[in-house]
Amino acid sequence: MAAFTVTIEDTGETYRCPDYKTLLEGMEALAKKGIPVGCRGGGCGVCKVEIVAGTYSKRVMSRDHVSEEEEVAHKVLACRVKPTSDVTLRVLGKMKKNVCRDVNAAIAE
Amino acid sequence: MAMTGVLRPGHAVVRVLDLEESVDFYGRVMGLKETGRDKSGRVYFKCWDERDHNSFVIRKADRAGLDAFGFKVRDKATLDRLESDLKAYGVTTERMPAGEMLETGERVRFKVPTGHVIELYAEKKDVGNGMPYVNPEAWTPDAEKGIAPIRMDHCLIYGGDIDGNRKIFEDVLGFSLVERVKLEDGVTDLATWLTCSTKAHDIAMVRHAEDGKLHHVSFLLDSWERVLRAADLMSMNRVSIDIGPTRHGVTRGTTIYFFDPSGNRMETFCGGYQWYPDMQPVTWTWDEVGAGVFYHDRKLNERFLSVVT
Repeated sequence: MAAFTVTIEDTGETYRCPDYKTLLEGMEALAKKGIPVGCRGGGCGVCKVEIVAGTYSKRVMSRDHVSEEEEVAHKVLACRVKPTSDVTLRVLGKMKKNVCRDVNAAIAE
Repeated sequence: MAMTGVLRPGHAVVRVLDLEESVDFYGRVMGLKETGRDKSGRVYFKCWDERDHNSFVIRKADRAGLDAFGFKVRDKATLDRLESDLKAYGVTTERMPAGEMLETGERVRFKVPTGHVIELYAEKKDVGNGMPYVNPEAWTPDAEKGIAPIRMDHCLIYGGDIDGNRKIFEDVLGFSLVERVKLEDGVTDLATWLTCSTKAHDIAMVRHAEDGKLHHVSFLLDSWERVLRAADLMSMNRVSIDIGPTRHGVTRGTTIYFFDPSGNRMETFCGGYQWYPDMQPVTWTWDEVGAGVFYHDRKLNERFLSVVT
């Protein structure tokens, strides 16, 4: 088993991620924070990141959240990507917080 | 109540990203029985104790989510009557021919205001639960394979106009409101739980900025012990658990929320109470929604209102 260092550029947070875990699993396993955690199956899109340095392997992810062009541009879901080198990433996904308030706002619109 | 009209949830059709991975998950880990595959590539499953040919169908697609949710109605005359009632109400309906889904009769398909596709049908082949109708045993070996739920029980959908949905389900399809969560204005529903039977819910809906979203499809287990066993099997198989085992305040069911390999949230649950048409609905206020959804934690987790497919 190899392990690599993952750096979340937004916060400077780093963690070690084994090659058999996804970037998201690796972060969660060590109770690190920074990438929003959703379904962990490539379906919901909240863990979207941009890989700015490093290499990785990837699996199929929902086209609702990652277009073919984005995938080519290394904008991927952290739950579908395993590191094959040290990786630096930027967080793109957003967990919509305060949804009750958002819903009120949506109704008011 | 004599059960007429709409009887129960009959099938959920769910999109998956990797078909064989999903077949393995729903077959081996969930313990559903595969009952067939059709020319368009859909794979059909049923729970061990269900008698009709299928209740859960998956289809490979490039995005996750729910294609359709179907309800079985009492008979063909009921199907015709409900279709004309829907039309009279202003809902556009479409007939899907018998056999378009394996071993399933004609379906009446329509969209509700939240954009979800709902289907009604009267006929689906009775393939049995593996036991005879004369002098059966209590259960079959299939009841022990994998998580092995008893039946596909209900779903929770997310979308904008849940008030419009509720009107169609109540006024046309004969559903009743069992529980609701109110927003801070005390008027607007954030969420509603509706029944067509004596179950605490057959379908539920949450108000959400995007239409047509799936929160979860739920499967019934028959004890809390089985819910814990399901959690063990999920861990053994590295299934992504959202929350649980825990209990809902709403409906009082014990629960695990988890995700299938494509990120569709599923639930295995047990319990809840029986509902009768003379009972008044239960209301939860916005400030206690946490206890309503997750009774032990008394707070929402960050995924409940935001992670859907």
